[in-house]
Amino acid sequence: MARSSGDDAQALFHSLRSAYAATPKNLKIIDLYVAFAVFTALIQVVYMALVGSFPFNSFLSGVLSCIGTAVLAVCLRIQVNKENKEFKDLPPERAFADFVLCNLVLHLVIMNFLG
Amino acid sequence: MVGKSEPINGTAKSQPPPSPLSPKSPDLLSGYFSFKSLKLKTKQQELLIRVSILCLVYVLAFVTRLFSVLRYESMIHEFDPYFNYRTTLFLTEKGFYEFWNWFDSESWYPLGRIIGGTLYPGLMVTAALLYWGLRFLRFAVHIREVCVLTAPFFASNTTILAYFFGKEIWDTGAGLVAAALIAICPGYISRSVAGSYDNEGVAIFALLLTFYLFVKAVNTGSLSWGLASAFGYFYMVSAWGGYVFIINLIPLYVLVLLITGRYSMRLYVAYNCMYILGMLLAMQIRFVGFQHVQSGEHMAAMGVFFLMQVFYLLDWLKHLLSDTKLFQAFLRMTVTSAVGVGAVALGVGTASGYISPWTGRFYSLLDPTYAKDHIPIIASVSEHQPTAWSSFMFDFQILLFLFPAGLYFCFKRLSDATIFIVMYGLTSMYFAGVMVRLILVATPAVCLISAIAVSATIKNLTLLLRAKTKAPQSASGKGGSSGKAASKGSLDQSQPFQKNGAIALLFGAFYLLSKYVTHCTWVTSEAYSSPSIVLAARGAHGNRVIFDDYREAYFWLRQNTPPDAKVMSWWDYGYQITAMGNRTVIVDNNTWNNTHIATVGRAMSSYEDEAYEIMRSLDVDYVLVVFGGVTGYSSDDINKFLWMVRIGGGVFPVIKEPDYLVNGEYRVDKGAAPKMLNCLMYKLSYYRFGELTTEYGRPPGYDRARGVEIGNKDIKLEYLEEAFTTSNWIVRIYKVKPPNNRW
Repeated sequence: MARSSGDDAQALFHSLRSAYAATPKNLKIIDLYVAFAVFTALIQVVYMALVGSFPFNSFLSGVLSCIGTAVLAVCLRIQVNKENKEFKDLPPERAFADFVLCNLVLHLVIMNFLG
Repeated sequence: MVGKSEPINGTAKSQPPPSPLSPKSPDLLSGYFSFKSLKLKTKQQELLIRVSILCLVYVLAFVTRLFSVLRYESMIHEFDPYFNYRTTLFLTEKGFYEFWNWFDSESWYPLGRIIGGTLYPGLMVTAALLYWGLRFLRFAVHIREVCVLTAPFFASNTTILAYFFGKEIWDTGAGLVAAALIAICPGYISRSVAGSYDNEGVAIFALLLTFYLFVKAVNTGSLSWGLASAFGYFYMVSAWGGYVFIINLIPLYVLVLLITGRYSMRLYVAYNCMYILGMLLAMQIRFVGFQHVQSGEHMAAMGVFFLMQVFYLLDWLKHLLSDTKLFQAFLRMTVTSAVGVGAVALGVGTASGYISPWTGRFYSLLDPTYAKDHIPIIASVSEHQPTAWSSFMFDFQILLFLFPAGLYFCFKRLSDATIFIVMYGLTSMYFAGVMVRLILVATPAVCLISAIAVSATIKNLTLLLRAKTKAPQSASGKGGSSGKAASKGSLDQSQPFQKNGAIALLFGAFYLLSKYVTHCTWVTSEAYSSPSIVLAARGAHGNRVIFDDYREAYFWLRQNTPPDAKVMSWWDYGYQITAMGNRTVIVDNNTWNNTHIATVGRAMSSYEDEAYEIMRSLDVDYVLVVFGGVTGYSSDDINKFLWMVRIGGGVFPVIKEPDYLVNGEYRVDKGAAPKMLNCLMYKLSYYRFGELTTEYGRPPGYDRARGVEIGNKDIKLEYLEEAFTTSNWIVRIYKVKPPNNRW
């Protein structure tokens, strides 16, 4: 049973890799941005675990800005992805403009919250 | 026939499939309305009708709340609004920065209160903005007028919002009916009359705005609507503590959608945008602080957030992988690990105390018996009692039975939006049953769902009426939902009966609606328009007698006591004393410090000498009690006295409730308990009352509120002296004597 799940995991990994290589370039850029944002959030959490969470609002604003921009980027990816039927008639410029607006609001609030 | 239908740019959103009114017969319409001379097309006629209905409803919603302003004067009602008024006054005088960082030493002496960090600023900021806006336009209004009329203004805005919400859920007809119903519904009017300057007046508008924007975001999947709903949520958080309802209902709704297999990308975009941005914005309010990540009441939203990420990930992987078997294996692994990790995190957080459990106020909603045993202060507020059936009928009338009918229609046409309104309706009705005050939160849902029922029924009935000559194809084509007899195949022969039945039912529907209007207006006029700071009664000859004793007492305090005098009273009157009397109080309606209130309760329930010690320790100069024995006013301190005993006894075990009762009965006459007859509250209420004849044919000292002759008529006060009693004896103020000089 263990071997078959190990084999399963490997087969899974391979098929995922090959399928992912087929995604268009703009989506891969967005994915890279999401990965970067999540990684930054993780670094901040590790730092908080080491140093303590005293100005808690600063910690929260840092982590939430990373998570927030990651989530917004995922939403952008959803809206720009040509394979999604629901967003077929949404022009990608509009999606990007929404993304920029939401990020603007997010970072303004973060600025206020940083203390 | 409407050949070229030019798009009318009055409506911002494009029209849904044309309503049955438009394509049929313009000559019929123009015959009804005789617009031949104006040559208006059908679409324009419809737009004109809609706009004029909405304008009338807007004005109606405002005007129906003005009863007390017309009968008495333009003043703030009740207790809590006085605090809101005082803070708004401070905001307009000193500016936002001072307001946000305000530490008030005039209440909760000697502790003080951090007002900037313990209030919901939405209402004050809204009123201040309106005030500054009007001042900018050179209307020289006083801030009190703005405060008095803020709630009716926002009620009118709520009706417009209800129209748009109804349009989103069902169609424009339902929207119009919803706007009309919510304009006069007593459940909403009770907390938004002119003069009721309280958080709910603005909060219901914010609630409906948030819900509408969120449903719009889910329907369109657009980030900008999600952003707008986040702002709506921010406004709600700034306005009222009831925002907890939103932050739990929306995740519950998302969960229901996920469970019923309605997961979609639009839902992902809408919920995530609203949750992250909304949470961040909400944390800007100091009173809310970090509760969104630390309090148990907000954890559902976070849990659903993580669940959405898991769903999205799985959906994406399913899309990438072509082999379903592999995917199933992966699915099993991921879901079990995700649920496991989530449960462990929640368990660790709750056990270690990092995630605080549900606070008493909200826990008592889930377990209604909790407050009575553990937190007497919450149990003592009359608005927190469970609701009786009569209250439901009083506040909703026909909407009560239109609500299940509307639920039926919603279930017939299930979509993301109707699922939302059904959930909102059911959850809010449950909470309305637990606590009277929450009927207010249920009102928009009940009005919307009832509007669906009314609109759908009337539409079907009128379709039956109109299906005259082209019987087979039109009636069967259009009467899709449950018309009364549309399912019958043989339409021709039952035609006249159907038409007569439809006409009769239509008349019945209009009769019911007109009865609703009558009831609502009567309820508003009789029950919900009293300022409760000014009392009115009928004199012996039928003339109206006004008791303005409260304001008389507060202004006496303002003008006849030293500016740094401290006044002790029961917490109900704290806000009013600070706002109108401008004196420092010991406890007020904020009730944030139970021990302080219990100290006051203990002082009121002790013998005079013990109470004097407590009052000296608190630097009390004046004591204020409310007494209804002369007028028969029943909300006085003697009737509230047992709550003082319970709250005091909750902290100081020396006060025992059975000491004040006789065989479990609460009495003030000769048979009362000796401790009752000699406690401070009794003495202060009935001082010199034994000489007063209150009613013809009764002995002196007859208490009209309790209906008995008092037991202890010969009261001597040793440590206090009477300072002021109002003209109808409703408010009595006593001065605390300084200690005797030593020889």
